[in-house]
Parts: sequence; structure tokens; C-alpha cells
Amino acid sequence: MSNVNSSVSAVKKTRKRMTDTNLLTTITVTVFVVMYVCAILFLKEGFLKPQTMLNLISTNAYLIILACGMSLVMITGGIDISVGGVTALVAMSCAVYLDMHDGNVYISMLIAIGIGLAFGLVQGFLIAYLKIQPFIVTLAGMFFARGMTTIVHTNPFNVSNKDFVELKDTRIIIPLLGSTTKKGKFIPATIEIGVIVALVIVLLLFCLLKWTKLGRSFYAVGGNKQSALMLGINVQRTTFISYVICGLLAGIGGFVYFMHVGSGSPSHATGAEMNAIASSIIGGTMLTGGVGNIIGTLFGVLTLALIQNIVASLGLDQPWWTGITIAAMLCIFLVIQSIIISRRKKADMKAAAAQSNKEAAPAS
Amino acid sequence: MPNNNVQPPKASLWARLTRHQIVIPIAALLLLTIFNLIADPSFFNITLSDNSNGDPVLGGNLITIIDNGSELAILAIGMTLVTAASGGQDISVGAAIAISGSALLRVLCGGERTVDTFKNPLILAFLIACLVSMAFGAFNGVLVAFFKIQPMVATLILFTAGRNIACWINNSELPVVNDERLGYFGNYIPGIPIPTPFLIAVACFIITFLIMKFTNISLYVQSVGINEKSSRLNGLNPELIKLMTYVLLGLCVAVAALIKVGRISQINYSVIAKDIEMDAILAVALGGNALGGGKFSIASSVLGAYVIQFLTTTLYKFEVNAAALPAFKAVVVILLVVMSAPTVREKFSRLGRKLKKSKTAEAGNS
Repeated sequence: MSNVNSSVSAVKKTRKRMTDTNLLTTITVTVFVVMYVCAILFLKEGFLKPQTMLNLISTNAYLIILACGMSLVMITGGIDISVGGVTALVAMSCAVYLDMHDGNVYISMLIAIGIGLAFGLVQGFLIAYLKIQPFIVTLAGMFFARGMTTIVHTNPFNVSNKDFVELKDTRIIIPLLGSTTKKGKFIPATIEIGVIVALVIVLLLFCLLKWTKLGRSFYAVGGNKQSALMLGINVQRTTFISYVICGLLAGIGGFVYFMHVGSGSPSHATGAEMNAIASSIIGGTMLTGGVGNIIGTLFGVLTLALIQNIVASLGLDQPWWTGITIAAMLCIFLVIQSIIISRRKKADMKAAAAQSNKEAAPAS
Repeated sequence: MPNNNVQPPKASLWARLTRHQIVIPIAALLLLTIFNLIADPSFFNITLSDNSNGDPVLGGNLITIIDNGSELAILAIGMTLVTAASGGQDISVGAAIAISGSALLRVLCGGERTVDTFKNPLILAFLIACLVSMAFGAFNGVLVAFFKIQPMVATLILFTAGRNIACWINNSELPVVNDERLGYFGNYIPGIPIPTPFLIAVACFIITFLIMKFTNISLYVQSVGINEKSSRLNGLNPELIKLMTYVLLGLCVAVAALIKVGRISQINYSVIAKDIEMDAILAVALGGNALGGGKFSIASSVLGAYVIQFLTTTLYKFEVNAAALPAFKAVVVILLVVMSAPTVREKFSRLGRKLKKSKTAEAGNS
């Protein structure tokens, strides 16, 4: 951990006024890089192959999408814990439609987006316009989605729709990357379609948050509702939009998850909402709102996935290790965040006091 | 609100009653009762019959409700305090029950897989379980109070790790205790026809009620929840009070774990008390407590917990699939919350005032 701290302090010195958002993102990216380098150094075999990294992204493409939506909602100061349930519901609905009604793949995509949008609209309306606690509304949303999943179909099953299986097995080959086997055969590195979707969404949201008026108003609403209102931002509509986008992304993420696993089951994506929240937090988004970054979230998901991979390859194969390491990591990140923020606040207060002293001095 | 004696006392009493938060769970309870009365009056039958051990016990849906709702009611006591003081909820109670139950069984079994009698006295095991869960409660409390992390996020740590830690305490084994004395806490004590969990819940409630009555804790918790800064200026220590509520929740968790483990005399780490954190939070919300901290009423929360169990039992009776249950619960919860939302209430009261105004205007015209 000392490595990280020193780099952070170095960053602090070189650029005095770095925003909280950028600082927290920098920490996450640094931790990820340090961890990956350590993994390559100490656990040579697997991690040097580009495919390991790409598999990491492929398996977690859906989580990246979910976490992006979650970050957006968290930036506006809310929370959405229904995303895991929506993912399961989307996977199950699409599976039933494709397998039992011989459906069309494209229409199943529309179903996925429709389910996500419906959840986003209803929850957004209840939270933004009726001012009900987001936690309670999305909790009910999660219950509803999980319950509906079993109502749609009770037992897990695999989808054997021809078009869908073709889509599911499609791999995109990345040029110039790959590994050679012992026999000297070159195997190109591949990724799933979901990764492209996830990266496009990350890019879109990054642009949205960075350069548009709507993106700025998300931060403003999360930072301070009262002053956002005074700046002329429609707080209710902004909150509403954030939940709608989150619901939409949950729908898309659900379809990506469905493409990855190719089956429907009521127990799919259990705990996905908590993983999404955890990766958003590791990525530097704060639940208090107003602070966060999509790039940080991307690295948050990857860090979370990487640590699971490392734990597995260290030979700690008892199932409890993964959970405990993730929790420990979450704990460390939260404490670091809290210390940084409180220090910053103190420094700001001191600066303000000094400034007011300076202003007061000539006057007297 | 200043009471200027214009209003007749009867109306003010009624107004005070409707303004009290306990109205929400009572209204929900009444609705459910009426619904059941219309659908099937035999729902409320209570029978006295012998159980498998030959002891007379009470049976019937109502008894099932007060029996199964007890853990939830005990948790609701602690959760209400945590909510009121820190303005957030603890989502790790389910995982903490797994840890506490695991510790309890570990001490009782003394490391063996199956035992017929306790290896260590039950009271010792329970005390250790209490200490363990209070320690984890203190861990949450320190994160919330001293590191100023949002409660939901801080408890997310234990939520992720809890069941894994429980697994680790017993080395991934699932110990079974065949001593019938453990079953007393989860089922019936021979000779007493009322289920023990309900008795424990009542005892917990009475103890809490007395503590709240004769100490200032209730006032302190409320003031910290409403305004941390001003309560500090008034000489309170908000951090310590927040920490205390989390430790108290830990104690509640230990009691709930004793009941949960007592019911089946064994433990399954991934299933025990699953989703109970959500139900506990719902109980607090249903009790009309401000989820953002401040005013609270433990009686309302406890009633809310039993209302949730009432709803669950009602749904089971209509042969709703156990896995599909959450969907119905969600619809009911949303309806309740929408009805009690301030904006909706305001609209309703505005509508009522308009009606009244038009009536008085008519009266004035005539």
C-alpha cells in the first residue's frame, strides 16, 4: 500500500488543485496497474498472455455496463439496487422468448431494452417526482424483478435458438495480439461482442459527463441539490433522467450477460448489484454524490475482477477467500477515500480561514 | 404546532393520532385483516393440538405469524436505532446472523461435526456469539461514526464478507446439534403452548421499552439523527452514540441468530437469514420512521415487522410460490410507500381542504 500512497502524494505535490474525482480515479488506476504488474512478476504464466486480460473484460462486460449506470445514479446522490434483479429478469425473459416461442434475436434485444426502460421510468418517477427514498424504491424494484423472474419461468435452462447461439459464439479477433502454443501455433486473442458494447457505453457516458450540459447538471445535483436548484437546474428532471439511463443500461447489461451465459435462471446475477456498487466505489464514485468518473468505474470493475483472479491463482481455493479479499479491499478503499476527503476539507477550511484573514487585515 | 383552543379537543386528539407514525403499520394491518376476513375467515382460527413430542401447542396462521416474525421484530428494534442515529441502514444483518450462528454452533460443538449433547454450556456459547456479533457491529459503527462512511456502503463490506467468515469459523463444515435444549429457543418449551421466539421478542421489546423510558438514550439518538452538529454543541458525543446503536444492533443480531439456529439446530451459511436485511429495512420504513434519520418509534417498527410477516403468511396461504413472493411484496410495499409519500399526502390534504372550502362556501351562500 505504501507504493500507492507515495504516488498519490507525488501527484498531490505536482498538481495542487486536483479535483476529488480525478484524485480518486488516479488511485484506482494506479492500484490496478500495480496489481497487474505484481501479478505478472509473481504469477508469471497466466497473466503475461493478453488473453487473460481480455477474458477478464469479456466475463465482466455486463458488470461494466451495470456499474456505469450505477455510477451515474450515485453521482446524482442516489442508488439503484435493482440492477441485478433486472439483469436476471432480462436474461430469463429473453431465454423464454427465444427458446419456447422461437423468437427473433433482434426482437429479444428490444425486449431487454424495454424491460430496462420500464424499470428505469417507474423507479425514476417514484424517486424524482414523488420524493420517495431511492433505497426503498429500488429495493422493491429488486424484489419485483427477482419475483417476476421466477414467475416467467421457474427452472434454469439453456437456450438452443440457432441464431442466438451463433451470436453468442461470435468472437472478435484482435489483430497483432495473441499467444503461441508449445507447438508453435499462433492463437489470436479474442473478445466477445459484449465487450464492444460495454466500451462504447463507457465512451458515450464519459463524453456525456464530461462535455454536455446534462452531464454537468448530474454532478451539480449530486453535489448540492439546493444550489443546483438555484443555478436553474431542473433537479427533478435530472434525477429522473439518471434513473432512466441506469434502468436502460441495466437492460442492455442484462442482454450482454445473457449473451455471455446463454441461459436463463432465477439465480442469475445474484449479488450483481452489490458488485456494481463495490466497483463504483473502488472506482472513486462516492455515495454522497457529486464525485465520480466513468473511467474510474471501468477500472473499478477490472480491479475487482483481477483480485478474484489473483486469489484463485494463488491457490487459495477455499470459496470463502474471494469474498473476504473483496471485502478487505473495499474496506481499504473506503478508508483511504474517507481520510483523503476529510483531510481535503480541513485544508480547504484552513485556506478559507487564511484568505479571510488576509482580507480582514488590510481593512483593519 | 401551537394548540390554540379553537379546535374541539376530540378533533385534536384525532389529528394527533393520525399524525403519529404508528398509523401507517396499523392501517396496513387493518387492510390485511379485512382482506383476509373477506377472503377466508378461517384464516384466523387458532387450534390447540399436540406436537410430535406430545406437548400441547397452539397452532394456526396467527401463531405462525407471531412465531416467524419474531427474528424480524428483534432486528427491527436495532435497525430502528441505527436508522435514527446514523440516517442509514445496516445491510449486513443477514450476514452477521450467519457469523453469530456459526460462532454459537462452533462453541456448542467444540469443533466436532455432530454432537448429541452440548460440549460447552449454552450460556457460554450465547455470550460468545453476542460478543462476536457486537464486535462486528462495532466494526460497522467505527466505519460509520469515525470514518464518516455512509452506513449502507460501510456495511456492504460485512455484507460481502459475512457469509464467507461464517463458513471460515466452522471450517466449511455444517455442524449439527442433536441436543433438544437448543430446539427450545426456536420452537416450543415443553409445557408452554406459545412459541418461544415470540416470548423472546416480547422480552426484548419490553427491555428496550424500559430502557427508552428510563434513560435519555432515545432523546440522544434522535437529536444526533436530526442534527449532528447541534447535538455536539449541546455536549453529546455523536460518534459514540452512533457506535452504540451499531453495537446494540449487534446484540439484536445475536438474539435473532440464537432463534434462527434453534429452529433447525444446524446452520446453512448461504441460506440462513437470507434477505432478512431487506425485510428489516422494510419493517423500519413501514413503521413510518424517517429513513434519513431523526424521529423514530420502536413500537411502530416492531409492528411493521409483524405486518410484513402477516403479508408473507397471507401470500403463502394463497399458494404463491416462495420464489415469486418478493414480486407481490414489492407491489404492496410500493403502494404503501407511495401512499405515505409527503408529496402525495400533501396533494390529498389539499384536495380535502378544497372540498371543505367549497362546502363552507356553499354553506355561506345559502
